[in-house]
Amino acid sequence: MTISRRKLITTGLAAAAGVTGLGVMDRLARSYGLIPPDSGGVFGPGETLTYAAQRLLTRHSMAREFSRSQISPKPFPNALAPPTDAFKLLQAGGFRDWQLVVDGLVERPTVFSLADLRSIGVRSQITEVVCEEGWSYVAEWIGTPLSAVLRETGLKPEARFAMYRSYERGWWDSIDLGDAQHPQTFLTMGMNDGDLPVPFGGPLRLRVPRQLGYKSVKFVNHITVADSMKKFGSGQGSPGPDYGYSWYAGI
Amino acid sequence: MTTRHSALLRVTHWLTFVAFAALLVTGIELIISHPRFYWGETGNSGTTPLFRIPIPSSRDTVPSGYNYVLPDQNGWSRSMHFEAAWILVITALVYGIYGVTSGHFKRNLFPVSGQRSWQAYWAVMRKYLRRAPPGDEQSYNPLQRLAYLAVIFILFPMMIWTGLALSPSFNAAMPWFVGVLGGRQSARTLHFFFTILLVIFFVVHVTMVAMGGFWRRMRAMTIGGASAGEEESA
Repeated sequence: MTISRRKLITTGLAAAAGVTGLGVMDRLARSYGLIPPDSGGVFGPGETLTYAAQRLLTRHSMAREFSRSQISPKPFPNALAPPTDAFKLLQAGGFRDWQLVVDGLVERPTVFSLADLRSIGVRSQITEVVCEEGWSYVAEWIGTPLSAVLRETGLKPEARFAMYRSYERGWWDSIDLGDAQHPQTFLTMGMNDGDLPVPFGGPLRLRVPRQLGYKSVKFVNHITVADSMKKFGSGQGSPGPDYGYSWYAGI
Repeated sequence: MTTRHSALLRVTHWLTFVAFAALLVTGIELIISHPRFYWGETGNSGTTPLFRIPIPSSRDTVPSGYNYVLPDQNGWSRSMHFEAAWILVITALVYGIYGVTSGHFKRNLFPVSGQRSWQAYWAVMRKYLRRAPPGDEQSYNPLQRLAYLAVIFILFPMMIWTGLALSPSFNAAMPWFVGVLGGRQSARTLHFFFTILLVIFFVVHVTMVAMGGFWRRMRAMTIGGASAGEEESA
């Protein structure tokens, strides 16, 4: 079989166009924030396609809200590590000394108490917690929208991600600013008309209802706004990707 | 020489197979983390399941009836599941566009006139039941066409639909997508049922290929052997 010169040239041109096209797409995707922090590795293409597609499609959409009658009578708290003595001490004090530090690329780094958060404004939503394992429940979540808290602290223009840590050592995660400023992303303090119980993440849980349950980190006490997730942990946005769990959990 | 299957068909066939195999294996792993199925919007270890699969689980929070817990495989399984789903969707788009523009659907899959009758389907069925040796048909028989059409236009689309209906973010954008299925847990259960139908198709499909001459059919679907009739006369 012989390959004609014309065929060689057209194939070469097509390949060059393909590579350039991919390069252009990559640059466009980066400038529109469509590349997740865990875009490397074997599953990087899949993670990137999912994140980019869902960001383009669902940027402004609201998580489904349910009626009061649809609230699950039996919500499931999932397993937890036993609380430390320091946590028990805070709990004994009714969490009056619970502190939420907000720092990083904000204009005014601030330490909030739960009362401070409540004074910013409290809202409620009835949304579903969806675990990656497949189970789910609906509950009413009462708290302060993270967007309102970030308005208090102000954001620097280069801010891209909100990284949040749990009181439980080694447990942290992050979301992009679109999710951080989404009206349903709550710093949750109450559940079903009562205080948020400790097994469900009380006194403070960040609820991200458009993503799977593992993004809704319990016992949140520190939020750091960042321009890139490279400097945290292995640089993939959360510890999850180290164990194969994707950073973006919209599916 | 005309080949039985065009190069595009052969490539998309095997891409689909690889994606299907990856989706099936990882899907089984994901089920192991919660081998209980529900109907409606919600369901968890504290509620009554519609049914459960009597296997051990990879989570100690699931009342599986076994006193041991399997290793957690969900991390890579989830990532591979969605990457394979992308390969499947992109392959399906290429195949679908080809199927329409090349006339493949019309020529090879839609039942030809005169065969759109119960008698035609029954005739093929009778032949199968009698275990008559397969002839060297130049094209698919009406029952085959029906099976392929169902897989291409019902089962795979329903897999993608019920799968997407499990995405909290996608459901935020299109609430009716999960709503018409009766809720999130119904969508998950349906996703499982359609998997079983696809697995049944897969088993029958491979059995039929084996009975119709495994290596000859494999050659036709890989390197692109001649169509049956031509081979006989060659």
